[in-house]
Amino acid sequence: MALIEINHLGKSFGTLEVLKDTNFHVDQGEVVCLIGSSGSGKSTLLRCVNLLETPDSGEILYKGENILTSKMNINTYRTKVGMVFQSFNLFNNMSVLDNCIIGQVKVLKKNKNVAHENAVKYLNKVGMGNFLHANPTQLSGGQKQRVAIARALAMDSEVLLFDEPTSALDPEMVNEVLNVMRDLANEGLTMIIVTHEMNFAKEVANRVVFMDRGIILEEGEAKEFFNNPKEERTKEFLGMIRK
Amino acid sequence: MNLIPLVLSNVSLMDKAMKVVTQYQSLLIKGAINTVIVALIGTIVGLVIGLVIGAIRFVSLSHDRKDSKITVICKKILYFLTSCYVEIFRGTPMMVQAMFLYWSLKQSLNWTPYFAAICIISINTGAYMAEIVRSGIQSVDKGQNEGARSIGMTDMQAMFYVILPQAIKNAFPSIGNEFVVNIKDSCVLNCIGFAELFFQAKSIQGSVFDYTGPFLVVGIMYFVLTFTTTRILGIIEEKMNHTHSSIPASDTTANSIQRGGF
Repeated sequence: MALIEINHLGKSFGTLEVLKDTNFHVDQGEVVCLIGSSGSGKSTLLRCVNLLETPDSGEILYKGENILTSKMNINTYRTKVGMVFQSFNLFNNMSVLDNCIIGQVKVLKKNKNVAHENAVKYLNKVGMGNFLHANPTQLSGGQKQRVAIARALAMDSEVLLFDEPTSALDPEMVNEVLNVMRDLANEGLTMIIVTHEMNFAKEVANRVVFMDRGIILEEGEAKEFFNNPKEERTKEFLGMIRK
Repeated sequence: MNLIPLVLSNVSLMDKAMKVVTQYQSLLIKGAINTVIVALIGTIVGLVIGLVIGAIRFVSLSHDRKDSKITVICKKILYFLTSCYVEIFRGTPMMVQAMFLYWSLKQSLNWTPYFAAICIISINTGAYMAEIVRSGIQSVDKGQNEGARSIGMTDMQAMFYVILPQAIKNAFPSIGNEFVVNIKDSCVLNCIGFAELFFQAKSIQGSVFDYTGPFLVVGIMYFVLTFTTTRILGIIEEKMNHTHSSIPASDTTANSIQRGGF
């Protein structure tokens, strides 16, 4: 059974149909990269997965349970599906450490000491253990993004969603974030990644999904997808990227 | 030639002022204390009112596609009611509010001018604070809310732990300004017999049969109060902007901030 399964998902913003009857699934331990040009609906699909956008139609099954209709609390569900944003969205009124603690204490109702230990563990994991008491505004983009990953991990998420995690970074900082993500992938964490980093997708993803104008046009095993794209549109897109 | 009477009158003005200061010290000090107390309590209570009303106005202005029809109607009603409060209390003079509320509620509440003054200035300040808080909330990046929701916080938790602290920080200069305004504008509360600084000046003026002396003195006193307050607020603001540098000294070098962790 897929960990997350999306069936016939539809989403419009006003008259603009962003997602059309989209079907998508992620298995436990799988790394899926969503690629496609701007406005293809990949970010909207990702935001629908943790309900930052509410779909107009269709269903989202988490471990077989439809989270749109079930009695499962949305906030409880969100703790299981962590999100890493393009613009980091770290809490600017808190230190790096508190960013990783607050959710554990206020949402998961963990003991403060346990939460502290857990936060430090994950901050060390992303290489930010030296910045526990720094404020997010003092950090570089790459550092912020690593803290954001630690914040999501500290919630003991089962899936991490990445919405263009490196798009807002200076080129020299992209790798420090991709390295962290690569480590997580190797440890078997389930991840859905919207990205423009094709080399990263090729290397890390188990499966690549290509979206175009609100539909999933093509998907496949990563190497196969990049080496032998089937659809004309996919070839065109990959050609553009390679130039 | 013309200078002589001017200098003479100035000398006598100074004399008059000195007389007021020496003879009516205790009245003036009592008045100044009342002014500061009513301005301070009014600002704090006003801020609390403003936080509640401002947050309600922000939420009722935000449209969510998930909202049911009833929620939409409730939001509209809430927005209308809070708008009435804000517009009425910002759109009429506090002196008129004071006279009307004090006398119309005197029968039922039997309140003292002191208590009435604190209530009236708080309600009046609350109306201004509501708009300050609302724009403060609007100034916080939308991503902050999304970040909070993404780790499972409820709307209330996101507002309380993430949005409001930043909104208050952003709005701090305006909030402090309300305090300074209240120090000055509380003088209109003399109309209900509240013994603040202006009220004392009027009483003194009645006993010494002179306008210039008492009002020169309280003018200076008001200025000292507002000037000092402005400086103190400036220091607090500066401190607030530097609270982030609470990281250990070993980590505060520019080098370590820029250094990647890998």
